[in-house]
Amino acid sequence: MSGATATLAGHGGSVSSRYEDSSATREPTWVKWTLVTISLSFFSFFLLLPLFAVFTEALRKGWDVYWAALVEPDALSAIKLTLIAAAIAVPLNLVFGVAAAWSISKFQFPGKQFLITLIDLPFSVSPVVAGLIYVLIFGRQGWIGGWLMDHDIKILFAIPGIVLATTFVTFPFIARELIPLMEAQGKEEEEASIVLGATGLQTFWHVTLPNIKWGLIYGVILCNARAMGEFGAVSVVSGHIRGETNTMPLHVEILYNEYQFAAAFAVASLLALLALLTLAVKTFVEWQAGKSNNQSDKEE
Amino acid sequence: MSVAGKRVLPGFNITMGYTLVYLSLLVLIPLSAVFFKTATLGFDEFWAVISSPRVVASYKLSFGASLLAAGVNAVFGLLLAWTLVRYSFPGKGLVDSLIDLPFALPTAVAGIALTAIYSQNGWIGSIIEPHGIKVAFTPNGVLVALIFIGLPFVVRTVQPILQDLERELEEASASLGANRLQTFRFVIFPALFPALLTGFALAFARAVGEYGSVIFIAGNMPMVSEITPLMIITKLEQYDYAGATSIALVMLLVSFALLLVINGLQAWTSKRTGRDR
Amino acid sequence: MSIQVKNINKRFGDFVALDNVSLDFPTGELTALLGPSGCGKTTLLRVIAGLEFADSGNVLLEGEDASDTHVRERNVGFVFQHYALFRHMNVFDNVAYGLRMKPRKTRPAETEIKRKVHDLLNLVQLDWLADRFPSQLSGGQRQRIALARALAVEPRVLLLDEPFGALDAKVRKELRQWLRRLHDELHVTSIFVTHDQEEALEVSDRVVLMNHGKVEQIGTAQQVVETPATPFVSEFLDLRDHGPEWLIAAKLRHRGFELKQATTDRSAA
Repeated sequence: MSGATATLAGHGGSVSSRYEDSSATREPTWVKWTLVTISLSFFSFFLLLPLFAVFTEALRKGWDVYWAALVEPDALSAIKLTLIAAAIAVPLNLVFGVAAAWSISKFQFPGKQFLITLIDLPFSVSPVVAGLIYVLIFGRQGWIGGWLMDHDIKILFAIPGIVLATTFVTFPFIARELIPLMEAQGKEEEEASIVLGATGLQTFWHVTLPNIKWGLIYGVILCNARAMGEFGAVSVVSGHIRGETNTMPLHVEILYNEYQFAAAFAVASLLALLALLTLAVKTFVEWQAGKSNNQSDKEE
Repeated sequence: MSVAGKRVLPGFNITMGYTLVYLSLLVLIPLSAVFFKTATLGFDEFWAVISSPRVVASYKLSFGASLLAAGVNAVFGLLLAWTLVRYSFPGKGLVDSLIDLPFALPTAVAGIALTAIYSQNGWIGSIIEPHGIKVAFTPNGVLVALIFIGLPFVVRTVQPILQDLERELEEASASLGANRLQTFRFVIFPALFPALLTGFALAFARAVGEYGSVIFIAGNMPMVSEITPLMIITKLEQYDYAGATSIALVMLLVSFALLLVINGLQAWTSKRTGRDR
Repeated sequence: MSIQVKNINKRFGDFVALDNVSLDFPTGELTALLGPSGCGKTTLLRVIAGLEFADSGNVLLEGEDASDTHVRERNVGFVFQHYALFRHMNVFDNVAYGLRMKPRKTRPAETEIKRKVHDLLNLVQLDWLADRFPSQLSGGQRQRIALARALAVEPRVLLLDEPFGALDAKVRKELRQWLRRLHDELHVTSIFVTHDQEEALEVSDRVVLMNHGKVEQIGTAQQVVETPATPFVSEFLDLRDHGPEWLIAAKLRHRGFELKQATTDRSAA
């Protein structure tokens, strides 16, 4: 679901004062504060409250219970599996994202828009369906399920299946971030580099990469957040074997269903911290990108 | 002179080749499995699955609640985007950053958090349940979860357009004697409308497929609060692969249709505003 | 070094950008490619550089067919219209880039690079800006840095795409005189693209007038002004000035040329 993963725009900022300074574009004060109050209340009710709830519930029974829930063996193995899945899925999609963005943004070819739509596809597929497709292929009755059984290879209900499902749902993130960015930057700098005698790799390393660095970091952290937090798709392919094929979100679900609320929220709070960290990095990256945007604006 | 395929910048063949192979192996071939699997069913069998009362009830809930949630988000998302772009107030930077929380917060975490808030003993549940309003474990809960996950889609599509809007337009409108409300109604809103509709469609599409945040708060009662993705899971748990695949096909087709609509809307937005998406 | 192009054709879809263009650029000359936008002049320049490939025809550098030589090996200096300075590198690193990217065997030592870059920066009179970033420079400064960067690799030919296009009128005038003097000093075979007739006439040794992908006329500034070969040329050079006789005469005096045909046309009319 594309555009809405928020491309690096550099929001907010000084625009508001421009409007508030002119009587032609300013609303009466009471209108302003009514609108601000309504929208912030909505924001607090729907976004802030759940965030606070995670931490409050996690610490409801004190730090000891909280800590115990995190160092319990099943929790540790879930954390480990989540890290493994992200550590494989993110680099795979990083290489793909860079390759796709390079070929799409620096060259002209027919069907470009269609290819971009195909890359976006995993965003629009329900996570449950994303999990199901791998069951249809690797499952006992799937396309190559029988062959896999004969050779004693486990993909479904094992780590490879989890990695595959995770890679699928996070597939477009980095490409999505880089394609518009690299298209906007054009290819003049790369051409200049080639004219000056640099090779393709030198050009990518010394010219392209520094220019897309912030977008790349942003894509990677978004991709990572989703990879570590994916629930639906992984739930279908994991088989929920405790201590073996449970990722952190699945572990949260199991604890929750067993009415171990404090423990469930303790593990959930780790994921919430990850989300906050992601947003912090994102804000920082946007700030950096905004800075360099302002610089290139001055060039014109 | 051989010209075809000559390019100044290197690496097209290898990056394009890699892109296509990776895309096919990971996305296109697996997705095609849904079509092939469904094709092995007879049409009658397929139709029986996707039109059974329990499944139809789940469509009604999934699509109805998604539509409603997207509508709520369109209204409040526009308001939030407006507030963030046009007004300065303390804590604005923080609010702007946290808008993306639903993108970053794992859906399961959102699900249990919302459930905790709206259940009988929760912060909000304990206030509203005595008044006869039940949210957790009812279709209302589904709505709340879908509002949560859809909000940033609207804000983040409308916000940049609102930011790039020419101030001169509004000043011209004011100089021609329009009041603020008229200016909004006849100048600003038409300019935002394509983006708002895109945001609405994005939020709707995401909501239809959403699973993690909903199942905790929905209560999952057959015919009442089961969403369509849950029906797929239920069939899978009964080893009814054909049934699960049939419903998945319906969902896939809806996703594809929505993707087309969204692409069209985005093209419209960029045509209207002269900016690339 | 001389440049020849022979029977170059280039299309973009249905649009004919270059229609059987053949030209000679003798060694050491500064040639202007002049014409309205869309006439194919920039495409021709990019084909000569190797940034674009012709559908048919050949590019000869020093008599050698370079049509299949990659832009990296053609050893041409190219100054982009918007300069294409690497925005994350300072001025010094921009100019040093071409030298640093050479294969280890032919790469000069860092001290040598340093000396050379400062020589070039002195040549373009901007040595004091070595530590600045492109965003901190004025348009004219960027233009000169782009030129220094192109010259660093000691190109056999220098190609400039609308070198003064993005500058304001005053800087434009100064810079083009400066470019002329620089060319007299270096004598690198140079081609620049422009849509500004004044610029072409003032700076270049020779002018190539192009329209609709075809060459309309080749000649010195004096030749094209005094004896325009086609109606397009006299139209484009704005020779049939409107206005009273004395004004046209003044304009002509300003240009320093006699305009035989146009004035006779006018007196006949």
